[in-house]
Amino acid sequence: MKTIEMPLIFERSRPGRVAYSLPDSDHSCEYEAELANLLPSEYLRDEEPELPEVSELQLIRHYTALSTRNHGVDSGFYPLGSCTMKYNPKLNEDVARLPGFAYIHPYQPEEQVQGALQVMYDLAQSLAEITGMDAVTLQPAAGAQGEWAGLMMIRAFHEAKGETARTKVIVPDSAHGTNPASATVAGFDPVTVRTDERGLVDLEHLRELAGEDTAALMLTNPNTLGLFEKDIVEMAAIIHEAGGKLYYDGANSNAILGITRPGDMGFDVVHLNLHKTFTGPHGGGGPGSGPVGVKEDLIPFLPKPVLVKKEDMLTWDYERPQSIGRVKPYHGNFGINLRAYTYIRTMGAQGLKRVSEDAVLNANYLMRQLQPYFDLPYDTVCMHEFVLSGKRQKKAGVSTLDMAKRLLDFGYHPPTIYFPTNVEECMMIEPTETEAKETLDAFAEVMIQIAKEAVEEPETVKQAPHHTAVRRLDEALAARKPVLKYDRG
Amino acid sequence: MNFRYLPMTQEDKKEMLELIGVKSTEELFADIPENIRFQQDMKLSPPLAETELLKELQQLSEQNAHIKTYPSFLGAGVYDHYIPSVVDHVIRRSEFYTAYTPYQAEISQGELQAIFEFQTMICELTDMDIANSSMYDGGTALAEAAVLAVSESRMKKKKILVSEGIHPETRAVLDTYTEAHGLEVKTVPLKNGKTDVDILNDHIDEQTACVLIQYPNFFGSLEDLKEMEEVVHAKDALFVVSSNPLALGVLTPPGTFGADIVVGDVQPFGIPAQLGGPHCGYFAVTKKRMRKMPGRLVGQTQDADGNRGFVLTLQTREQHIRRDKATSNICSNQALNALAASVAMSALGKKGVREMAVQNVIKTNRFKEKCKQAGIAIVDEQPVFNEFVLDVKKPAAEINKELFHKGIIGGYDLARFDKERQGQMLVCVTELRTEQDLEDFARALGGLIE
Repeated sequence: MKTIEMPLIFERSRPGRVAYSLPDSDHSCEYEAELANLLPSEYLRDEEPELPEVSELQLIRHYTALSTRNHGVDSGFYPLGSCTMKYNPKLNEDVARLPGFAYIHPYQPEEQVQGALQVMYDLAQSLAEITGMDAVTLQPAAGAQGEWAGLMMIRAFHEAKGETARTKVIVPDSAHGTNPASATVAGFDPVTVRTDERGLVDLEHLRELAGEDTAALMLTNPNTLGLFEKDIVEMAAIIHEAGGKLYYDGANSNAILGITRPGDMGFDVVHLNLHKTFTGPHGGGGPGSGPVGVKEDLIPFLPKPVLVKKEDMLTWDYERPQSIGRVKPYHGNFGINLRAYTYIRTMGAQGLKRVSEDAVLNANYLMRQLQPYFDLPYDTVCMHEFVLSGKRQKKAGVSTLDMAKRLLDFGYHPPTIYFPTNVEECMMIEPTETEAKETLDAFAEVMIQIAKEAVEEPETVKQAPHHTAVRRLDEALAARKPVLKYDRG
Repeated sequence: MNFRYLPMTQEDKKEMLELIGVKSTEELFADIPENIRFQQDMKLSPPLAETELLKELQQLSEQNAHIKTYPSFLGAGVYDHYIPSVVDHVIRRSEFYTAYTPYQAEISQGELQAIFEFQTMICELTDMDIANSSMYDGGTALAEAAVLAVSESRMKKKKILVSEGIHPETRAVLDTYTEAHGLEVKTVPLKNGKTDVDILNDHIDEQTACVLIQYPNFFGSLEDLKEMEEVVHAKDALFVVSSNPLALGVLTPPGTFGADIVVGDVQPFGIPAQLGGPHCGYFAVTKKRMRKMPGRLVGQTQDADGNRGFVLTLQTREQHIRRDKATSNICSNQALNALAASVAMSALGKKGVREMAVQNVIKTNRFKEKCKQAGIAIVDEQPVFNEFVLDVKKPAAEINKELFHKGIIGGYDLARFDKERQGQMLVCVTELRTEQDLEDFARALGGLIE
């Protein structure tokens, strides 16, 4: 059924309407006249940009209407695997908006922003303690940038030792896509290590791959199948004996807070996604923050500047001759780091440990409830997330994508689907610790109903969603005939 | 200890463990070898109650001198502009900020449509065909543009020419990005505050993948894009321009001058300074480069009933599909800040963006006159948007200290990155500085350097 379309903000526009109020507006004519004397004519724009012209209420109604067509954690359960869609505390939002934090300029002299630098210093120390590393930089903007920055440090480390032949970064086949991409962007050749029948890195294969050309192994632990790489100590030995470094992708660190630390497992470099484990809001796709922690021998290579304490004063140290340089202008995503800091101060050591315990318990509970109705490729305890396969339903003609779309009808965000790619018709489910048992029970009930529908009334599932703002969208059409902006026609 | 974010009760736990068939949570961690278990308590500050923590953080925040109480003349890439109240009200709607990347389009139409509108607005401002959904910031966006240009030449062209007028921290980021790929990055110096086109002409050759220019440049001057475009394209290099998007409300956009890639940071639209982040980069290209650009793109499509809808599209460019073949590893970007910028651009609208941009030009030039009257010399005077360089004769850091005693946050000390520029201060005047602010600042400065 054709519905009334949600207009674009441009379609609500009428010449002459405004939703702003600037000082000195009454001088605009005078200013416009003065302009010609100040800028040469070739610099003066002759065609104005077609931006919307709406009133303030129209603007608010527009964006409010858009927000009602969006599902966030506050709207309902969001078990998107490897993304850690936990609750975003409101206190964090209030803190980030305190004027003394929101309205400070990165180039104010250090003595004017000691309070902010204190937050950064304490946060870096807390993250070092949580990960078991010796120093932490807060500069990287997000997880992927942290990966790249970490690999650049590893590269600089090997180069400083004259080991320029270390060109390979070993990445498991189940790794996040950013891992091999980051390795490439850092100038390495990624090589893939297989996952064995246990769902863990194939140790024999790793032994074959490790050698004089190994720069690093990148690993997520627990891995993307939600399993803890229990051979980690041996893996670390293999890589270290070969002269390589171990890189920890912290996307899944929600499972291990206070339980085990990457530094103690043998990792040399760690990144954390503060917008995952440490409640920075996901923002519809960012901004995130991807701090990187390193062991002592990599400290000289940290991005500069490095925040140091000198006689009770926090100050930026630029004299870092071996540094990889800058990865981002200014001092990282301070606003997100501040939220993570607020969260850590709210929870403390005891609270963070409970976070991981509850996250793991929630995941195992949900996994066991769903197990009879779907294929469970790795029937063992899981960590904070688990994967199911929809191949049983696929046989009945209903794909994992169909089931994901059907979940939308019940007000749930679906799990991550078709990843990791080594599990057929994969669903990767991460409930997080902030969800109550009743929520998990209700979700399980719906999943079980969908599994039944897949057999009894497959069309209902295949045509889903039925109750969303729009019906299933044609992605192929979007790619075939790209329309990437509004055409005024 | 109670934790308000953790709903699990002892009773819940008991029932859950029973269903799983284990006796304790501890059993669920059995795969973690004993020898790597963390046996102590992490050394972190003890948890604080909501009111206590807020009080402590409020006190910490008050140790910072912020630019809402002190008139500030700092710019240098981060600007103090009018943020309409509506911006924060929109981005505080938790349907937006508690969602993630809109992979499930049917329940993410709000975010997807907002980004589609953002892409449109960036195209309008830059006069380019296609803009993506955002980059981390202006600095990394420019570095990614350079990498794109090199990869477009299939790694045959390995030389990048960069104007000295590029933001020094952006330049530093570019150096880090290009280092791993053995690319040659060469600086084209300024002459009288603008990129020296003659030297550009000397340096450019068939090996040059791209030329990177900032417009207005770091020192505030408007660059001769028209002249440079001819030089750059004559050698088949890509013309990459980094632009303050607010300036494009009044200035001829880079797209009109024939730029191939336009990048920058939308911080001037609705995003507070926040010590430098998070801000939000933008990335715009000509149609030809649609399938090569980094980052996420939102496209229009139809649903099963023929209704208009929006989806993430052309994803085969991205890391989660291309993996090691990807030329960019960007994943999470700055979506919420792109939304903030969209709301600010919608609130200002066609008329307001122009008016705000014009006010920056006028007030900056008036301040320039006041400085001259106060006997302060301008370095390399050129037409400017909202920044220019003053010769303050003494170390600018010292001047800034004195200014702060008078309740003013002075400009950017250019000696911070270039010792040769000792005694030079980059000042910025936005629409928020009042006539009185300008008077006070010019008088204070004049007094300090006499």
